[in-house]
Amino acid sequence: MNQMILTLILLVPLAGAVLVALVPDRAKLPNWIALLTTLATFIFTLHLPAHFVQGQGGFQFEVNRPWIESPAISYHVGVDALSLWLLVLVGLLAPVGVVASWNAVTERRKVFYSLFLVQQTAMVGVFIALDLMLYYGFWELSLVPMAILIAMYGRKDGPKAALKFFLFTFIPSAPLLVAILWMYTQTHTFDFVLLQVLFTHGAFPASALCWLSLAFLFAFAVKVPVFPLHGWLADTFSEAPVALAMVVAGKLGLYSMIRFHIGLFPAQARAAAPWLIALAVIGILYGACLALVQRDFWRLMAFAALSHLSLIVLAIYGFTFTGWAGAVYQILSHGVVDAALFLLLGALEVRYGASQISAYGGVAAKLPRLATFFVIGTLAMIGLPMLSGFVGEFLILSSTFVGVSRGWTIAAAFGVILGAAYMLWLVQRLFYGSTSKLTGETVASDLHPGELAILAPLAVLMLAMGIAPSFWLGTIQSGVHPPPEKATTVLPTSVLVVPAMTISTQREGQR
Amino acid sequence: MNQVPDILRILPEVILTVTGVLIMLVDASMPASAPRRPMGWIAALGTTLAIWSSLQQLALPAGTGFFGTVETSPFTVFFHVLVCGIVLVALLLSMDALPETTHHQGEFYALIVFGAVGMCLLTSAVELLVVFIALEISSIATYILAGYRKETGKGPEAAIKYFLLGSFATAFLLYGIALAFGATGTTQVYELARAIPTAANHPLVVASLALMLVGILFKVSAAPFHVWTPDVYEGAPSVVVALLSTAPKAAAFALLLRVVYEIFPSLHALWTPLLWAVAVLSMTVGNLAALRQQNVKRMLAYSSIAHAGYLLAAFAGLGTSGIAAASFYTAAYAAMNVGVFAVIALVSGYDDELPLVSDFRGLLYRSPFLGSLLVFFLVSLVGIPFTGGFFGKFYSFSAAVDGGAIALAIIGLLNSGLAAGYYLRLALTAAQRNTDEESARIAPMAQPKLLAVVALLMAVGATLVLGIVPNQVLHAAQSAAHTLQTPPVVQPAPVMVIDQPVIR
Repeated sequence: MNQMILTLILLVPLAGAVLVALVPDRAKLPNWIALLTTLATFIFTLHLPAHFVQGQGGFQFEVNRPWIESPAISYHVGVDALSLWLLVLVGLLAPVGVVASWNAVTERRKVFYSLFLVQQTAMVGVFIALDLMLYYGFWELSLVPMAILIAMYGRKDGPKAALKFFLFTFIPSAPLLVAILWMYTQTHTFDFVLLQVLFTHGAFPASALCWLSLAFLFAFAVKVPVFPLHGWLADTFSEAPVALAMVVAGKLGLYSMIRFHIGLFPAQARAAAPWLIALAVIGILYGACLALVQRDFWRLMAFAALSHLSLIVLAIYGFTFTGWAGAVYQILSHGVVDAALFLLLGALEVRYGASQISAYGGVAAKLPRLATFFVIGTLAMIGLPMLSGFVGEFLILSSTFVGVSRGWTIAAAFGVILGAAYMLWLVQRLFYGSTSKLTGETVASDLHPGELAILAPLAVLMLAMGIAPSFWLGTIQSGVHPPPEKATTVLPTSVLVVPAMTISTQREGQR
Repeated sequence: MNQVPDILRILPEVILTVTGVLIMLVDASMPASAPRRPMGWIAALGTTLAIWSSLQQLALPAGTGFFGTVETSPFTVFFHVLVCGIVLVALLLSMDALPETTHHQGEFYALIVFGAVGMCLLTSAVELLVVFIALEISSIATYILAGYRKETGKGPEAAIKYFLLGSFATAFLLYGIALAFGATGTTQVYELARAIPTAANHPLVVASLALMLVGILFKVSAAPFHVWTPDVYEGAPSVVVALLSTAPKAAAFALLLRVVYEIFPSLHALWTPLLWAVAVLSMTVGNLAALRQQNVKRMLAYSSIAHAGYLLAAFAGLGTSGIAAASFYTAAYAAMNVGVFAVIALVSGYDDELPLVSDFRGLLYRSPFLGSLLVFFLVSLVGIPFTGGFFGKFYSFSAAVDGGAIALAIIGLLNSGLAAGYYLRLALTAAQRNTDEESARIAPMAQPKLLAVVALLMAVGATLVLGIVPNQVLHAAQSAAHTLQTPPVVQPAPVMVIDQPVIR
């Protein structure tokens, strides 16, 4: 089972996608298949933490099979403490996404759900791939369903937003691919574990490593996004279907930064850290300021995301033990909280047909349950103690204060205060105050049982993550550490299987 | 020494020729009113036989026949199967996509088959004069096919443009051959390869290389010899473009590989920067021009120019890896391009009733099958992983990186980002809903018939196989590359000895 589980998690959504494409579009059949598939995938992902051996270094549930002989690409997947909970998060958000689309997507449901499930496969693939080509494949694959779905289901100008999103994320992956190819010509392997060993101990010219690391960083920084590469974010958020907006930003890019940028080029990442810290703090404040003045709640959420994700970038490039644990924890918390808020905003939009904040007012009196959940989500997002957002923010800010720089921490903390301001102001404008024309005239029902069934666990999860963070932090802290400043000479066990032709300057086929 | 009967060395070409002649004869003896669709079956059968016989040639010891003018090797078999595969898809497609009323339908199939003869011979010829004849056979067939819609204004325009520019380019090639003969006293590829290093700095040799490159680069529509492409693709029927944009190019790339890697490897330092520049120019010009096109066929014509550029990037690779990458890319490009033009042929119809990008709006709703295939082929053309287009680009650029041309790879990949812009514009337009006014205007789509579906599925299958399990094709490409790198022992060619002073 441990051998099979990752492949299963990868392929079940794909099988679901094929099934959805084949069945007739009748009586919510595609919805149910998608829901069952995603729930099954989620249950499979829960197998991972249940059988994960804490404190054991390296990757677990590993599968390594040759796939393409030349160039040697292998199906190498595995999970460690970093990707473990992220994978569970992906599994959890999939059914949430299906429920969020339940009423919002009414036409071409087959296309929607099959592409949504393909997207799931691609995301799972990104988190488990340990072969750089495999990783790159899934990374690129994740763009296509996203772009098509944004184009097809965009609110106003879907195709334009889709094109913007696609080009913003596709073009930076060109240098990434060239970097990967160059690494292959030098080392004859795409295997992440091998490359990591080779780069720490091999004699690679510093300038080459510098260029490689920049190519990696650029691709990931656009995907996160890091200020000033966030141009695609607001349009994508305001056009993307709710189920996709939940997953489009953050996780993939942040994970890739930790795993591949810092994992492969620790020294170069440390050199770039001061710049990234500065950009992150700018992003925190800039995002928060822009969020304050948005008139559309999707755009507000986009800039809020920029602010929150920048905080995580700050933690990652702070290179402190606590900061890293906080960063991973904050990715998880942000994923859960954002999913809940997006689901609620989507529900609001389906009911009232508007995303202008000024159109709303006094919704709480009409839809009390929706309002309650939104307030819980908001409080978790702004980092109220006892809720999930607090733990991550506290770990990040305190570790940055102690380990990195007091000035930056104080600046970043302002962003957190601004965060509370724009979120609470949003709640006030949407749910309280006098009843607006729109909310007064439209007849809307409160959350239906399906939405409640998915929101209640999310709210409980936010609370649990706030009260008992050690359940998650234990695993995270056991395995996620920033690389030491100086490369140690202790070789990991995997070096024993390094093939003989590791670093050779001789090229194949040279004549 | 030469135990293999010569006829076996050209068996696929013989089969194709017999098929073509047979079609012409049967066509002439049939009553004028009878449907010509059965001719398509004869052609398809002949092509299938040619593929089979080509695969049988793998069992022969690699070597030359007919006094060293043609050879059989994994290289020739690779390209034979590729060309005949494309022709087969085009034939099946034509049988459903050609309207009953098309004039000279029997000849249409015959011309496709005769074109295939030329293309196949082009890949297996190792004597430059045979190369020239093969090129002419394939070109003349395609000139006529390009102008098949003679009742429209654009059909004859396409044919004449293609013919004039094409003959001009062929003349360049012939001139190059003549100069090579003047410099070395032979036109046999292996003898040339042996003679040229000793005459390496001979200005004649350099001039002959340059002229030959002009001729071949025209055929693959690489910039700056690309100007004919959009006009011809726009004017020719889409079923013909499906063939035209793939099979002759595959054959021409085979010739290019033979010329640069087998005849002129000693001038490596000369043609590498040249092809580098042509590659960069082709992809940039192609993509920039494609971005501005509103006509789908013109857009894809420019995209095929860009793809020629990506393919040429592989020539920056060293020896075997470069040849293998170029061969693989040719196959991947052929699979997806023949597919995308097949979809367009079925959507726009024989007379191009829906030529513009905006006409494709709502295709995914009007015909989910064709719409999703269009998106699939476009995704492959973008180069998204798990499709043939990805591995094609991947091998091509990794060959370039391997050969040290990192800048070329970066330019190429940035270009594919640019290209994604217009491919996705088409795909996303197909994904948009029609307005009510539009849906009233556009006639409902006819469902594609069985043979067209088979043709499309063959293209889909090939694109997916090349993207997910490329090992076998890659092996074939590598062994093809290998044979090109290690020429067999040349048989003495008594007939070809010409009393000329040999400059060595």
